[in-house]
Amino acid sequence: MASITFENVYKRFGEVSVLKDLNMKVHDQEFLVLVGPSGCGKSTALRCLAGLEEISDGNIYIGDRVVNEMPPKDRDIAMVFQSYALYPHMTVRDNMAFALKLRKTPEAEIKRRVEEAAEMLSIGHLLERKPKALSGGQRQRVALGRAIVRNPSVFLMDEPLSNLDAKLRVQTRAEISKLHQRLKTTFIYVTHDQTEAMTMGSRIAIMRDGILQQLDTPQHLYDKPANMFVAGFIGSPAMNFFDGRIGRSNGHLTVEIGEAFAVPVPAARTTGLDAYIGKPVAFGLRPEDVHDAHYVPRGVNEDARLHVDVNVIEPLGSEIYAYLQKDGKEFIGRFDPRSEVHTGGAAEIVLDMHKMHIFDPDTEQAIN
Amino acid sequence: MSQRVATTSAAPSTGKRTLTLAQSQSRFAWILLIPTIGVVLMVGLFPLAQTFYFSLTDARLASSREVNFVGLQNYLYLLQDQQFFRTVGNTVFFTVVTVGFEFALGLLIALVINSNFRGRGLMRTSILIPWAIPTVVSAQMWKWMYHDIYGVINDLLVNQFGIFNQNVAFLATNTTVSLFAIAAVDIWKTTPFVALLLLAGLQVIPGDVYEAADVDGANKIQQFFAITLPLLMPAILVTLIFRTLDSLRVFDVFYVMLGNRRDTQTMAIYAQQSLVNFSDLGYGSTISIAIFLIIALFVVIYVTFLKIEDA
Repeated sequence: MASITFENVYKRFGEVSVLKDLNMKVHDQEFLVLVGPSGCGKSTALRCLAGLEEISDGNIYIGDRVVNEMPPKDRDIAMVFQSYALYPHMTVRDNMAFALKLRKTPEAEIKRRVEEAAEMLSIGHLLERKPKALSGGQRQRVALGRAIVRNPSVFLMDEPLSNLDAKLRVQTRAEISKLHQRLKTTFIYVTHDQTEAMTMGSRIAIMRDGILQQLDTPQHLYDKPANMFVAGFIGSPAMNFFDGRIGRSNGHLTVEIGEAFAVPVPAARTTGLDAYIGKPVAFGLRPEDVHDAHYVPRGVNEDARLHVDVNVIEPLGSEIYAYLQKDGKEFIGRFDPRSEVHTGGAAEIVLDMHKMHIFDPDTEQAIN
Repeated sequence: MSQRVATTSAAPSTGKRTLTLAQSQSRFAWILLIPTIGVVLMVGLFPLAQTFYFSLTDARLASSREVNFVGLQNYLYLLQDQQFFRTVGNTVFFTVVTVGFEFALGLLIALVINSNFRGRGLMRTSILIPWAIPTVVSAQMWKWMYHDIYGVINDLLVNQFGIFNQNVAFLATNTTVSLFAIAAVDIWKTTPFVALLLLAGLQVIPGDVYEAADVDGANKIQQFFAITLPLLMPAILVTLIFRTLDSLRVFDVFYVMLGNRRDTQTMAIYAQQSLVNFSDLGYGSTISIAIFLIIALFVVIYVTFLKIEDA
């Protein structure tokens, strides 16, 4: 049972700062996902918390204890490595029992805990095997099991699913979530995969270049990204961005995209935009808010209509990804599967302007 | 017409036994292996067989005398040959001392070099210098260092540190001192090589395993015994076999420093002496076969004890 606090944490490797003034509070029993592109510092943050790297400045707390100088073994954490880092010369049982043996846990207790964890992960029949005789998925479970038997107050996971195939990944994702519910322990989970982050995290911390971009629930990150990076990172396919300008016609605010077209801003979304009239902005709209005009879901305002060219379509069965083009600008729409658009054709589309995102092009911060 | 052509062209393939893919692959593998097997037979098995044959005869070196088959007579003589058993004792003693020290020191050096520090590359190269010097040269150098009057070692021990109050004739006083003195030369020369072999083994151990052990709560000493040593076992086994075989066959250091002295003779020198100096090809071959069997015994012991298949 422990909360985690990063307080003004810096980590430098020589000249390079990998973590820059990281401030973050993880609540007790929370499932926090650290996500970002490779090299963003997410793994470093985790390794600093584990005690595998020393921080250059600031404080890290586990519970109320400052752990800056504390060796990993005293931090009451368990970690699952991307490579699993199983001890190759030990059986599964010995791998899982290693930490307990070091703690001089009684034999019977070790046996009970190892077998209980193995049962939970359905690897009971593999206990006497060595890691090299296991499949990737089984090794991954052993790595989880090794962490579980410790009964730590914090679980750290560094991209634990990235070496599994796609199907196994989806399955294990759900199992780790279940494990979290069952163990009721603080989980910190590092991944570069936004789908993993969205599906698993109770909250998500998005990092870029060693700087925390936004820390919020998955839905909030999706609905109200704080900046263009977060907006582009969360969601698949990624949000469409256009260089635009805020204009005014007939007393209504519009977003002018290039010279060619303008779309009206709904009255409910005009907050903060007055200051930008006549100025350039970045206009963002998710593919799922670009509809085929023939199949607009109920409740969507149909004021913003456009005629576009269809470059390519990707039918996925449940929906269609349409690569659209308007005046040389390409963007993606997620259409209803009944849509009759075809590659090389034309389409009339509706933009759901209530879902639009407006960013300052210089600071890349969200405006409203 | 066309039908006839088809039948005739099909005939050879049905007449010939068709090979499955696995069979043709294994046949191809054998074809590729034949040159290697040939070389091994020629340079390995043939000399061994010939030596064994000579050991059953009274052949003389470079002699036109008729060669007689004498059965196991040479072997019976060997079993009563005090000098032979003395050389076995000397060689095994030398082997145990050198391999023991070289392994302990080499492992220590390998662990130090395996940790990250500035100038590691330079260090790795420079420790190999003793290994790079030809043994004949370094043995001659050490012989001078051991010299009872002018030697630098006597100067250090007597004049500089005052550990002894008179000069010691390291290579002449008694057998044990001489053997230790020569073992020291071999340890000085070969420890870097052992260190390098073990270092190669250490560098294959993945670093993340140590991080997992850190998190699991193992201190450095526990990590060494629970992780490093077991994972290093294959490298240790190879190193020990290499070094033991080399030591059991030792010739050059002894020969340069002590020549054919009887009390410090090694098996290899005794074999060489019998063969070349006494021109007794038959008995020299018998000693050689005995050396071969002793070495084989050591290999068997190692492989059994260290369970090569498990590592």
